[in-house]
Amino acid sequence: MTELAQLVPYDEALSRYEPVIGLETHVELGTATKMFCGCPTTFGLEPNSAVCPVCLGLPGSLPVANRAAIEYTIRIGLALNCSIATWCRFARKNYFYPDMPKDFQISQYDEPLCTDGWLDVVTGGSTVRVGIERVHLEEDTGKSLHMGGATGRIHGAEYSLVDYNRAGIPLVEVVTKPVAGTGALAPETARAYVTELRDLLRSLGVSDVRMEEGSLRCDVNVSLAPRAATEWGTRTETKNVNSLRSVERSVRFEIERQAAVLDAGQKVLQETRHFHEDNGTTTAGRSKEEAQDYRYFPEPDLVPVAPDRDWVEQIRASLPELPAARRARLHAEWGLSELEMTQLQNAGALDLIGATVAAGASAADARKWWMGELARHANATGADLAALAITPAQVARVSALVKAGTINDKLARQVLDGVLAGEGDPDAVVAARGLAIVSDEGALMSAVEAAIAANPDIAARIRDGKTAAVGALVGAVMKATRGRADANRARELILERLS
Amino acid sequence: MSITRDEVAHLARLSRLALTDAELDHFAGQLDQIIGAVARVQEVAAEGIPPMTHAVPVVNVFREDVEIPCLTPEQALSGAPAAEQGRFRVPRILAED
Amino acid sequence: MATDGAGTASDLTRLTAAEIAAAVASGQVSAVEVTQAHLDRIVAVDPDVHAFLHVAGIGALAAAEEVDRKRAAGRPLGPLAGVPLALKDVMATADMPTTCGSKILENWRPPYDATVARRLRDAGVVILGKTNMDEFAMGSSTENSAYGPTRNPWDLTRIPGGSSGGSSAAVAAYEAPLAIGTDTGGSIRQPASVCGIVGMKPTYGGSSRYGLVAFASSLDTPGPLARTVLDAALLHEAMSGHDPCDSTSVDAPVPPVVAAARQADVAGLRVGVVTEFSGGGSQTGVQARFTEAVELLESLGAKVVEVSCPHFTYALPAYYLIAPSECSSNLARFDAMRYGLRVGDDGTRSAEEVMSLTREAGFGPEVKRRIMLGTYALSSGYYDAYYGKAQQVRTLITQDFEAAFEQADVLVSPTTPTTAFPIGERVDDPMAMYLADLFTIPSDLAGNAAISVPCGLAPEDGLPVGLQIMAPALADDRAYRVGAAVEAALEQRWGGPLLAQAKELRERAGDTR
Repeated sequence: MTELAQLVPYDEALSRYEPVIGLETHVELGTATKMFCGCPTTFGLEPNSAVCPVCLGLPGSLPVANRAAIEYTIRIGLALNCSIATWCRFARKNYFYPDMPKDFQISQYDEPLCTDGWLDVVTGGSTVRVGIERVHLEEDTGKSLHMGGATGRIHGAEYSLVDYNRAGIPLVEVVTKPVAGTGALAPETARAYVTELRDLLRSLGVSDVRMEEGSLRCDVNVSLAPRAATEWGTRTETKNVNSLRSVERSVRFEIERQAAVLDAGQKVLQETRHFHEDNGTTTAGRSKEEAQDYRYFPEPDLVPVAPDRDWVEQIRASLPELPAARRARLHAEWGLSELEMTQLQNAGALDLIGATVAAGASAADARKWWMGELARHANATGADLAALAITPAQVARVSALVKAGTINDKLARQVLDGVLAGEGDPDAVVAARGLAIVSDEGALMSAVEAAIAANPDIAARIRDGKTAAVGALVGAVMKATRGRADANRARELILERLS
Repeated sequence: MSITRDEVAHLARLSRLALTDAELDHFAGQLDQIIGAVARVQEVAAEGIPPMTHAVPVVNVFREDVEIPCLTPEQALSGAPAAEQGRFRVPRILAED
Repeated sequence: MATDGAGTASDLTRLTAAEIAAAVASGQVSAVEVTQAHLDRIVAVDPDVHAFLHVAGIGALAAAEEVDRKRAAGRPLGPLAGVPLALKDVMATADMPTTCGSKILENWRPPYDATVARRLRDAGVVILGKTNMDEFAMGSSTENSAYGPTRNPWDLTRIPGGSSGGSSAAVAAYEAPLAIGTDTGGSIRQPASVCGIVGMKPTYGGSSRYGLVAFASSLDTPGPLARTVLDAALLHEAMSGHDPCDSTSVDAPVPPVVAAARQADVAGLRVGVVTEFSGGGSQTGVQARFTEAVELLESLGAKVVEVSCPHFTYALPAYYLIAPSECSSNLARFDAMRYGLRVGDDGTRSAEEVMSLTREAGFGPEVKRRIMLGTYALSSGYYDAYYGKAQQVRTLITQDFEAAFEQADVLVSPTTPTTAFPIGERVDDPMAMYLADLFTIPSDLAGNAAISVPCGLAPEDGLPVGLQIMAPALADDRAYRVGAAVEAALEQRWGGPLLAQAKELRERAGDTR
């Protein structure tokens, strides 16, 4: 049974309503072992082969906290400008579910490890400071395969098969404060936040943050209120948002859907919704008779976590350069424009440019090649820039060859083609395909003579002083040499010859 | 009355206990009596008194991020009421998590 | 069955653990003989006592053989090598079922061992089997076991106490010289008291809880039961110590309990009588024996003072909020998905339904009551007034103890208000049952150390009375020191241990294999 949602077109919705967004992001930490036991966190192992009495929740088992997971969480909190708790506890979140071995999850409730931070996000040319409410630590659940139904989802399944390898992997939850005032840019802001957070986490080395693999999961909260309202609207929570694009699409859809509900004079239900990748819509989850009461209480099997300030400062001192600071530094070093920097960031090309610059190219050249010719290749094949069969060092070499006059821009494109096709390094491609600019003056002179001879009327005009016409003869020389002539030298020779 | 029969039925649902009607009647009376008795704690003035954490107060008990041998899948599944493809087989789940 | 030299089999079961260990170490008797004698005793009396849920005869004899082999090879033996022990069925053992006295875990074999079990085995202690208990340690009479009650060896129509009733009865019936129990609200001390033996609740965290199926995590404490204070101290030492697998385990050396048990003197010690527990709530004979015990302490050189612990009167209600709350969460894992009983899975029912039907069928009434009570106390809207408040009261009780221990070195009270009551008397009256824990609960809430030692028989019924001696957290040795002094003085008065005054149990003729 599909729910056919009424929608108000986006711009219209925004003319009447103000959206407020919030994001809850779960990050699987890249520690070697689980949060409360010594089982490995490796992805893709045989089912139930990375479990022990603790993460299986066997009667009598007890948790012991992973120090590295605490440290990673503090690292994340510091990078997000949070305050780190001087004393906090884990808490039990109690509910029954087959993928939860203890039928409670060890998490944190009213004493999170990190609170009250922010992350700056750039959308539409302006900066939005997204407040971070809290960063806390908890354990992941097992994974179920739903069997016997048509779609592999829960609805219609006959039974399920559960693998607890994932149960107990450390999970950090980052919760934003509500973000108001983004207006029509709400979807982009949500996406930009998740992107920036992802890049931040990656730079910290705390997780491989792959949304496709589930090591970064997002729940998106959206509410609408009529413009000039004093209170915020009811918010919905959308789950199963598995890509950056889905973050944006889900916010957009919810705005359109909620606007229709409010226009019809109805109330938006506070509910959990499910995002559908295939058509960009959200549908209501199964309604529950009563709201969940998790009956939180402090975890009696664990002792409080009280990170001393020396340890926190040690962690702070070991933080790497964060993406925002890095971008600012590269912007200054590379001397590119704001727009160019934004394009590079959006394309995820900063590292590539950086490596190409490190290999000797100028930032401008590096940008030109990666965002020009190579981006064209990437788009044509649907690949990522980083996945192309060419290294930054090779790109730097091509740039160097052009600078040295060995090849020109046109020839350089052919060299890039050759490298991408697997023909070898740039120098090898130049040699094998014979792409070096003709440096032999004698050969060049012959080509010049031939071009003059073949175009007497143009030659005459040049002799008459219309030097602008020389371009045509240069073109002829280039054609004759299959682009391998030094165009400037050819121009000089022609003018000398005809003066 | 400290607790009604309906509230007891609600508690039973929350705790995943499929009580019979007879049990509900029986437990409702007993729980009512017990809750009435334990509510005595509310007589104690405890302004500013922190809740107890542990008998021997200790903080920061951690383990290092080092692997320890696990159970084999056979051991893990040894008590399973039902198993299939190396996984625990469970009846169909209703609620989306 | 008679043996040469060392004495008859029945003699072997009358020895203390210390005596057995010495005899085995010296080669006077083999560990196998000792184990066999106890296995025979179990066959002879357990059909009446029902202390054991599982007897691991083959495993026990193999363990005993291993001790004998070590001895023959001249390798060093631990202080309790070759001594048989009964283990409460709440502790995970990989080679024996672990049922916790519940149907929901009938025949469950854990794929791992509790730390305490492993340490005992490594020490050469011979585990004879698993003992009966109130289901998931909830109860004071062992009547809440899904496998039938255990009977008090002093009078088979009466309860042996609970929840460690099986362990206590096993020791009192000479089926084992040593037993392990667990104490959450009094479940070691109260059974010891009503069975006329010694039972100790160590400082919380003194022994590892890894492998102890949790009832109330912040209260559960494994501890020793034995017929003498020294035996209890020896077992206390063997089982205790820090465990990195238990975040709440105490990271400090085990207090010198064995030395203290041998020291056995009270000269110059200040003994505090808790005012709130002397008010006449106890059975007449219990009160009388207690008063005499206090006088005895004075005559031994202790200085007796009266100490008031005003919040102790709130201990029972606070406990019956905190323990059920934690247990409602701890027992959620019994959901028919990964182990244990599964009921109602006919291919059409949902997981939620199967969970509910299984827990309905697998849990007994006391467990259900406490789960619901705990769920109530933790509910949104009720948390502050119930669980939250109870945890504050707990702090106040701990502060009462701290203040009291400035005025006294140990505190004393009767262990439990009555002697062993008849089976069936309180089982349908939960509140009456809860009163058995009145004097023991404060030490569970505060986590300090407390021991129960026999202090006589109540004249009105001829049944054992226990004296409770409470010491500060981490000062377990002080409890043993005072307990041993009382034991020595009283046994001199009685001409032997109190247990010798119990009628002999009828021995069934049976297969003595």
